[in-house]
Amino acid sequence: MHLSVNGVSKSFGDGRQAKLVLDDISFSIKSGEFVALVGSSGSGKSTVMRLIAGLERPSAGVIALDGKSVHGPGSDRGMVFQKYSLYPWMTAAQNVAFGMSLQGLPRALVRERTAYFLEVVGLQDAARRLPKELSGGMQQRVAIARALAADPKVVLLDEPFGALDLQIRESMQEFLYQLWQRSGLTALLITHDLEEALLLAQRVHIMAPRPGRIVRTVEADLDRSNLAHLRVSPPFLELREELVTTLRNLDAAAS
Amino acid sequence: MRFFERSTLRSPWLLGPLGILVVLLVWSLISLSGVVDPLFLPSPLAVWRAAGEQVQAGILVADAIASIRRVFLGFALSAALALPLGIAMGSNPLICRLLEPLLGLIRYMPAPAFIPLLIIYFGLGELPKVLLIFIGTFFFNTLMIMDAVKFVPQELLETALTLGGRGLPILTRVVAPYIAPQAIDAYRINMASAWNLVIVAELVAANEGLGKRISLAQRFLRTDEIFVGLIVIGLIGLLIDLGFRAVLRRSCRWAS
Ligand SMILES: Nc1ncnc2c1ncn2[C@@H]1O[C@H](COP(=O)(O)OP(=O)(O)O)[C@@H](O)[C@H]1O
Ligand SMILES: [Mg+2]
Repeated sequence: MHLSVNGVSKSFGDGRQAKLVLDDISFSIKSGEFVALVGSSGSGKSTVMRLIAGLERPSAGVIALDGKSVHGPGSDRGMVFQKYSLYPWMTAAQNVAFGMSLQGLPRALVRERTAYFLEVVGLQDAARRLPKELSGGMQQRVAIARALAADPKVVLLDEPFGALDLQIRESMQEFLYQLWQRSGLTALLITHDLEEALLLAQRVHIMAPRPGRIVRTVEADLDRSNLAHLRVSPPFLELREELVTTLRNLDAAAS
Repeated sequence: MRFFERSTLRSPWLLGPLGILVVLLVWSLISLSGVVDPLFLPSPLAVWRAAGEQVQAGILVADAIASIRRVFLGFALSAALALPLGIAMGSNPLICRLLEPLLGLIRYMPAPAFIPLLIIYFGLGELPKVLLIFIGTFFFNTLMIMDAVKFVPQELLETALTLGGRGLPILTRVVAPYIAPQAIDAYRINMASAWNLVIVAELVAANEGLGKRISLAQRFLRTDEIFVGLIVIGLIGLLIDLGFRAVLRRSCRWAS
């Protein structure tokens, strides 16, 4: 699997009112990688995500998955939104099953895979509960299970923990990291939280706003055997501090 | 003040029947006092007796069934066609632009004004009455469903797209269930117009029906029978309303 974003620009509106939101974005992800895009709010992160998902079209440049250029949305690129994306009338299990059933998989297989993915995210006991009966963290785990169950080649996560309380956010970060390690999924994580990006992703692209562009790429080669320790380890804090300064200078320059 | 606040908190369901009881009491007192000619205001007892006579003669049930049948046929047709059209208009801007001005215009034409035309086209049978109810509710049902569809969260639609969903399955499996509570509520509200219209239609021309019975009663100055008709119409309407609410509660537990 190889996802490539090549020289992609995006403007909204046309003529004089056209607004350049993304300027010449290029990066790529290979099978099994965990890549993060970090930037302050308004730097165009979600737009990158929507372009890859096929929900928007680039104004220039090409996005290709395994050599085929992307036209429109498809189940090979799964997506997890920040919030409000579970179907409120479906139980957790029905939400997880929804993609497979849209794709016309046999019922027995759908049931089996639903049970499997609910267990992967640790929610086998919540299978018959409605989204409104689940906590925010549980809801996002259902959304992740639903995306995985549709068998995508790459999972796009747009600030998946952005709406959660700090403590739950930390445990969800652990959860996502372990999920990635165990299942070998390929993930593109979008976040405005530099710590989250450095903690989870092997490669972090830093974006600057107006227009949105990648200004720096960091290979975060860190020992992730214990995330709680990593959070407070000197090399991690140093790297984080340096990048925070970079981001702050960028924002100051842009405004 | 205090007393009311506390008792409403303890048993709020008592308030509705209480209101009805108060009106009944005032009505009885006025009749008993003899200030108003019984020809204009029959006593509750007289109305009760008139109802008993009508039940015994088998008229009341036959009338109610005739009216309910018309309402049911016309409204079922309206509801069944409004759902797909409202979803189509709400989800496709082209269809919406094409039809919204037209529907918006027809909606403001009072349905009873169509009665002469319907009688010329279809005579005095059942069809014109059923069609009148259809005309009087279809445009409201459609526009209300269209509005609900426009507010389906973008995330829910886009998630379905990234899960491998396409056009029609997204409409039937995401849009339709999402708007179900609003659609049922639109039906509940517009059902009231259906009842208005069936009575109007029967006042103009019918052999049986609750409206027909009222207009006959007027001819013979039987105000007690008019009261019976009015009360029965109100009760049936209330029952249908409660029915819709029950359906909403049971089928859309997620929305409450
Ligand atoms: N559909 C759209 N039409 C016009 N402007 C848009 C649209 N989507 C995003 N934008 C603009 O693009 C910029 C980047 O938005 P977004 O990608 O959501 O940033 P981020 O996710 O980093 O906060 C913002 O200024 C936003 O107003
Ligand atoms: Mg965003």
